[in-house]
Amino acid sequence: MEQLPILIPLPLLAASLVVPLAGLWAPRAVFPISVAAVALSAAMSALALAEVVAGGEALRYTLGGWAPPIGIEYVVDHVAAFVTAVITGVALLVVVAARRAAAREAAGRRGLFYALVLLLLAGLTGMVVTGDLFNVFVFMEISSLAAYALVFRGGRAGMLAAYRYLILGTVGGSFYLLGVAFLYFTTGTLNMTDMARLLGEAEPNISVAAGAAFIFAGLGMKMALVPLHLWLPDAYTFAPSSVNSLIAPIMTKVGAYVMVRMFISVFPEGYLADEVPVSQALIALGLAGSVYGAYAAMGQRDLRRMLAYSSVSQLGLLAVGIGIATPLGLAAALLHVMNHALMKGALFLTAMSMRMGAGVSDVRMLAGLGRRMPATSAVFAVGAVAMVGIPPTAGFFSKWYLSIAAIDEGLWFVLAVVLASSLLSAVYLFRVIERLYLAPAPAIAGGADDAPNAAAPAQDAPARESPLDVTLPMALLALATIVLGVLNVVVMERVLEPGL
Amino acid sequence: MTGESVSSPLPFVAVLVPLAAAAAAPVLGRWPNAREAASIAAALATFGFVAALLPGASDGKAATVSLLELSPGIEVALRADAAGMLFALLASFLWVLAAVYSIGYMRGLEERKQTRFYAAFALSVGAALGVAFAANLLTFVLFYELLTLFTYPLVVHRETPEAVRAGRKYLAYTLTGGLALIGATAWLAMLGVDASFQAGGFLGEQRWWTDGQLWALFFLLAGGVGVKAAVMPLHSWLPAAMVAPTPVSALLHAVAVVKAGVFGMVRVLIFVFGADLLRDMGAWQVIAAASGATLILASFLALRHDNLKRRLAYSTISHLSYIVLGVALLGPLALTGALLHMVGHGVTKITLFFCAGAIHVRTHRDQVSGMAGIGRQMPVTMGAFALAALSMAGIPPFILFTSKWYLGWGAAEVGQQAFLIVYMASGVLSAAYLFPIVIRAFAARSPDFPPFGEADARMVAPIAVVALLGLAWGIAPDLPFGFFELASSVAADAFPSSAPAAEAAP
Amino acid sequence: MEEVAARFPFWMIGALLGVGVWGMLGKRSLVKKLIGLNIFQSAIILFFIIGSMHEGATVPILWHGQHNPNAEDFVNPLPHVLMLTAIVVSVAVTAVALAFMVRLHREFGDLDEERILDELRR
Repeated sequence: MEQLPILIPLPLLAASLVVPLAGLWAPRAVFPISVAAVALSAAMSALALAEVVAGGEALRYTLGGWAPPIGIEYVVDHVAAFVTAVITGVALLVVVAARRAAAREAAGRRGLFYALVLLLLAGLTGMVVTGDLFNVFVFMEISSLAAYALVFRGGRAGMLAAYRYLILGTVGGSFYLLGVAFLYFTTGTLNMTDMARLLGEAEPNISVAAGAAFIFAGLGMKMALVPLHLWLPDAYTFAPSSVNSLIAPIMTKVGAYVMVRMFISVFPEGYLADEVPVSQALIALGLAGSVYGAYAAMGQRDLRRMLAYSSVSQLGLLAVGIGIATPLGLAAALLHVMNHALMKGALFLTAMSMRMGAGVSDVRMLAGLGRRMPATSAVFAVGAVAMVGIPPTAGFFSKWYLSIAAIDEGLWFVLAVVLASSLLSAVYLFRVIERLYLAPAPAIAGGADDAPNAAAPAQDAPARESPLDVTLPMALLALATIVLGVLNVVVMERVLEPGL
Repeated sequence: MTGESVSSPLPFVAVLVPLAAAAAAPVLGRWPNAREAASIAAALATFGFVAALLPGASDGKAATVSLLELSPGIEVALRADAAGMLFALLASFLWVLAAVYSIGYMRGLEERKQTRFYAAFALSVGAALGVAFAANLLTFVLFYELLTLFTYPLVVHRETPEAVRAGRKYLAYTLTGGLALIGATAWLAMLGVDASFQAGGFLGEQRWWTDGQLWALFFLLAGGVGVKAAVMPLHSWLPAAMVAPTPVSALLHAVAVVKAGVFGMVRVLIFVFGADLLRDMGAWQVIAAASGATLILASFLALRHDNLKRRLAYSTISHLSYIVLGVALLGPLALTGALLHMVGHGVTKITLFFCAGAIHVRTHRDQVSGMAGIGRQMPVTMGAFALAALSMAGIPPFILFTSKWYLGWGAAEVGQQAFLIVYMASGVLSAAYLFPIVIRAFAARSPDFPPFGEADARMVAPIAVVALLGLAWGIAPDLPFGFFELASSVAADAFPSSAPAAEAAP
Repeated sequence: MEEVAARFPFWMIGALLGVGVWGMLGKRSLVKKLIGLNIFQSAIILFFIIGSMHEGATVPILWHGQHNPNAEDFVNPLPHVLMLTAIVVSVAVTAVALAFMVRLHREFGDLDEERILDELRR
């Protein structure tokens, strides 16, 4: 199966061409085709992961038969296989769960809607499997364009959010391209493997340093690293429910993955800390982000906006792991890519389910939903507990390894901030759990505008539990946060450690 | 690890049974009788499994089971050693009684969401057993955090604004404590220290620790467990958590949760640091000073409170510090006394809370000032209360006299006569805040009391049993579980150089 | 001075990048933001193209009978090809942005960011 690397994005890309046509002639076929494509891609990712873990060797495929330094190479190593398996797996569950919401939100344009979803996923998987720096840019723009268009469908506020997202996202992409230009003119290659070799031989110079700075600035924009996160809260809040539950768990993670890729496959070891202070910046901004995001999340009334800021916080932790840049730090970051994708996927799906079933997304209006939407609320509770990081859920272990990696490097303040940020996340997440389960809803202390009439309508509002095709994928994600938490050693020892 | 180990899945089974019972509760939720029968059956089964581990623990052949790796090189391992056995026996045995009592209490008050209550209750007991049997620090932290999580629904059970506030406070304190533990555990894991508990401590063997590191580790670990042990100034969640239904206060906030903190203190001080290291550092003085102060201060605060459950909560805080102080004194006799006090206080305080609950169910009165003359109407309940009060004050021949005797003797043994005086003073204070209740209940007359009788038999029976046990164990602490033997074997393991604690209770 | 003059194209590119950023961040009009973005992207494309040039180089085409071609004699063709792709990407972005603007104008009757925000808050 030497074509396996290209077979991961290919079904998605092919289906994205078929689906708009299907939308015209047979709208009923759109959803099955899309799910089949995502499932096929997920299966290929799983296969690639199995093969890489069994063989211990990266899978390489050269596009069009051109030999690597000249031609474009697709490489699936442990890390890439792990990340594609995570994003396609989570995407599969989310796409299935979001069917009803998408049918409502994409009314009449289902073909185009799913074409965008598939393009988005094709771009993301392409970014992961490619071994060529310029190719990363192309796939990044494909996924971003699809994301802009999807966010744009989120009503009046979504339109402006999408436009701003487009501007900032494109700036991020352009920065990345500018950085690649500097590296290209220094080394004369775009192939990652080749560039790593040449950069290792070359004397560090200002051009490479500038390249690194621009690349990480661009990727920081894509992964919403504070202070480049400004697009994220609006985009996640106003996007259609079916869209934000898809882009929130996976999109920023791929930006983070490309950062990891820069550390392990492009720049020589230690270069990004000694020659350019990228590591230091990632740690500092990541810590700031993890605290700021959690702090901002505490003040949010809209559940999706709260979760969006929570993403900013969690991505900050991810950046810290990347910045530590030891194998353990990177492994912690990658483990968090998986864990956060599972947790946020589950949480955003519950937000979608609450919006569909009860018509609310204001935290204050959720009172009593624990009884009326038991499955959704239970998934939220599990996801929240995992986010806080109570053992043995997955969220605990990303923080656990991150802490160990930080202590290992003598970064005590990192340990303190990691622990503090999980305490802050407990504050905003348990507030929601209180609302869901404890009725009558008590007034939140100090909230002057928290008038009784704001909470009252939810008491009587009709709410129906979402059907099984929504709750089951959601429950699977929640279950996965526990199972993969307990089995984290398997992931660490079989997949991440050999890959780093 | 000291002592032999025998591989056996039993400790895991003992933890698993309550968790399975919790899963069964929602299934049986529609049939309250079946649900509560299952709850009692699970309690009995759990107690049976724990009791089956007893022979191994007292022979020094602790049953051990390793489940899976949770972090490279660190396994989830359960080990039923003598110290863990003490705690597990206490918790599982009292769960049987609390399960019976809960039925009377919850039905008597027609509480809402009883299914959630029984499920969370069983989960909490399971987590407490996990804490008892944890063989290393990571396993301990795992169950310690789960215990926090599972008891949260019980604290907020009433769903009143007051309960929600108490729940927030509870989470704020215990999660912070848990994070301190996690930080310390991660640190030890990074250093590759095998964090398996070991009588006499394992840190002392690592000669490359700097003083600063040791102190930081000490504050993280001792602070982390100190929250649940309610050592001042980390105590204020406990009185707040008294808004929970009384069976919760009785079993969890007098036995399982707070004892998990105290037990954690035993693990941290004796099994992680070890007496020699703590003496070298002088760290024991920090704990001793904090717990000594807590002991006295909490007793005074208990005097001020008219609400019976709050008064009992402060009494709990005071008595928890008895135990913590006993551990911190780092002597074999003091440790024996501390472990005995853990058992004795458990059975005594659960009596007091059971009585408070019975009174609440029958009269809906929670204030001490409203209980004048109540003894005439509820003689069994108040009689039990009186027995427990005598025990709390340390009057022979009750169990808490025995433990206090060893604590005082232990203080003298290590040359800390000041703490002997603290113990004695606190006994007087215990009498001062409990005896007036008893005296007024029996002696005073209250004309405005409507006639009512004794509480439901399902409440009175457990009350009578625990009250009499407090007396029976005082006379013969080894019957039938061998608490004294277990406690002194822990002490002998922890202080191998010292002579084994003298046999025979006074 | 000579040093500065020799790097003249790079100063120009820097200036264009600055103009682009100013357009995107400093202007309220969504159209001007897009123009800023386009200038920004063009600057990067120019950077690639200029980087491929060097003195005395010519079009990278081999004719018949030419033996031992010397790489020094030719302009590096790869950046040109890459920029073709980048231009396609940039055109796609522009197209999407224009489509957004049409919809926004239909919805709000305006393309001024502040006024749209005011409208949204209402």
